[in-house]
Amino acid sequence: MVLVYSDETKLTLELLHKAWDLAQELNKKVIAVTIGHDEHATEYLEHGADFVIVAETPQHQFKAEEYTSILQNIMKEHRNEIVLIGSNKNGKELAARLAAKLDAGCVMDCTKVYIHEKRLTTERIVYSGNAIAVEQFTSSPQIITIPSKVFDPLPKNPNHKGEIIKKKFDSEHSPSKILKVQEMKSEGVNVEDAQIIVSCGRGFKKKEDIKLVNDLADILKGRTVGCSRPIAADLKWLSEDHWIGLSGHKVKPKLYVACGISGQIQHIAGMRDSGVIVAINKDPEALIFKSADYGIVGDLYEVLPKLTSAIKGKLG
Amino acid sequence: MNIIVCAKQVVDVAEIKVDSSTKKPILVGVPQKISDMDKNALEEAIKSKEKHGGKITILTVGTPDAKERMKELLAMGADEGVLITPPEHADYHVIAHLLAGAIQKIGNYDIIFCGEASIDMFSGQMGPRIAGLLNIPQITYAQQVTVEQNKVVAERNLGEKAIIIESPFPVLITVTKEINQPRLPSLMAILASSSKPIHEWPATGVTAEALVPKLQTIDIKGIPMQRKNIIYQNDLEKSVEKLVDELAKVGVLR
Repeated sequence: MVLVYSDETKLTLELLHKAWDLAQELNKKVIAVTIGHDEHATEYLEHGADFVIVAETPQHQFKAEEYTSILQNIMKEHRNEIVLIGSNKNGKELAARLAAKLDAGCVMDCTKVYIHEKRLTTERIVYSGNAIAVEQFTSSPQIITIPSKVFDPLPKNPNHKGEIIKKKFDSEHSPSKILKVQEMKSEGVNVEDAQIIVSCGRGFKKKEDIKLVNDLADILKGRTVGCSRPIAADLKWLSEDHWIGLSGHKVKPKLYVACGISGQIQHIAGMRDSGVIVAINKDPEALIFKSADYGIVGDLYEVLPKLTSAIKGKLG
Repeated sequence: MNIIVCAKQVVDVAEIKVDSSTKKPILVGVPQKISDMDKNALEEAIKSKEKHGGKITILTVGTPDAKERMKELLAMGADEGVLITPPEHADYHVIAHLLAGAIQKIGNYDIIFCGEASIDMFSGQMGPRIAGLLNIPQITYAQQVTVEQNKVVAERNLGEKAIIIESPFPVLITVTKEINQPRLPSLMAILASSSKPIHEWPATGVTAEALVPKLQTIDIKGIPMQRKNIIYQNDLEKSVEKLVDELAKVGVLR
């Protein structure tokens, strides 16, 4: 069996596509797991799952210790050789703990998953974006995490039939206790669906200067402002819904303009699938230029106002 | 309070050059360092020790030359180091068993601190794996940690929300880069660190099992250059003009 789990519905649908492909090739079935509720069970069936297991549990909040033991118990009952887990923070800590409990191999953040010489093979980006590691599992079970937007969901097929199994599974009790869940400050920005993104990084000296990015974004249609990790996480100049990167959002706009962003792998991982990538940086050696179609080497404080007015002129 | 910090010696990814013909990274001769977030983990450990007293042990799986890097961590404020030589073939599964085995051998521990991931492979498996093998609670991606007499309260940053979580000891915590600014050791501390011990343990000394990797790396490929890499320099006016023309031509300004 190929098991799919993510606490994000969208990511689960994306993983189901890959699971379906692998299951076809290996002649296996696909199980989607949902923990604590059955809201999306039918949707999962329509997008490729043969079975949806709804694990009934009194645990309403994610805790890696408890969710790991639920997945372990599901795996005891249904022989799952391949486990695909959505690569968000919860997913990654779950996958690694599960791998330890099962003495299994695990590969994080895979961008390609395929069968090569009868073995499950993965590819992921390593060494700060300088290389791709190709790894192969030598034993089962095999645990893989996949980030969002790597695969598209299968088209909805209402005729795809499957079975929804509701069942109570025992879970380990963790001595840790969630005291509070705090919604982070959000400005309601949706970078993931944006067509054009202008992004800012550490090259900006102060918060007010982000206006230069806003000005450029304003004249481009489908405008959205994004940022790299330091701007959202360290300096908190923008809310985290602007944050693009491995730990932030993964985006695929048709135009991505990176201003004053050095191009660390964590950022590149979030925007590498953009259509056209433009970089503005004063350091000609900046890593971002390696990932860009077009670049201007120069001080963003000079380049941005000029670029904004030139585009304004071009658009008329 | 007994604290263990897991630290990894890695290649300095910022120094990696790419072979222009094969596009593969050149890993030979690249300087080595302690992975950045592992220093954040140690800083957090030192802050706890300053508050509650106790002992900090650095745990590393690596080649003998890692000893030199571990000295930096002793200079920062750790009390002693344990270096385990890995077997020839090792993956996450093998290394996690070695670290967990060594932690059990050390025996008495309240908190294990790790970095959220290492800067070379950026996988983030080690912390949760160790916690899983030791069967203790894990708190990952902590961006704030408060250590109290008999428990810890931490804030996990999940982007759209933050989780405040509390755990009794023993607990494993992985920390993000934002949690603190690791201190630089003083000259006095560097000199004093030479008298702090680094114990070298063979892999066979920490686990009885013969560990077989579950994963095999079959290739480290270069990244195909899919981008145009047209870079404009010098004359700013012309650069901007050419860029706007190109963007209009490829149709992203419409």
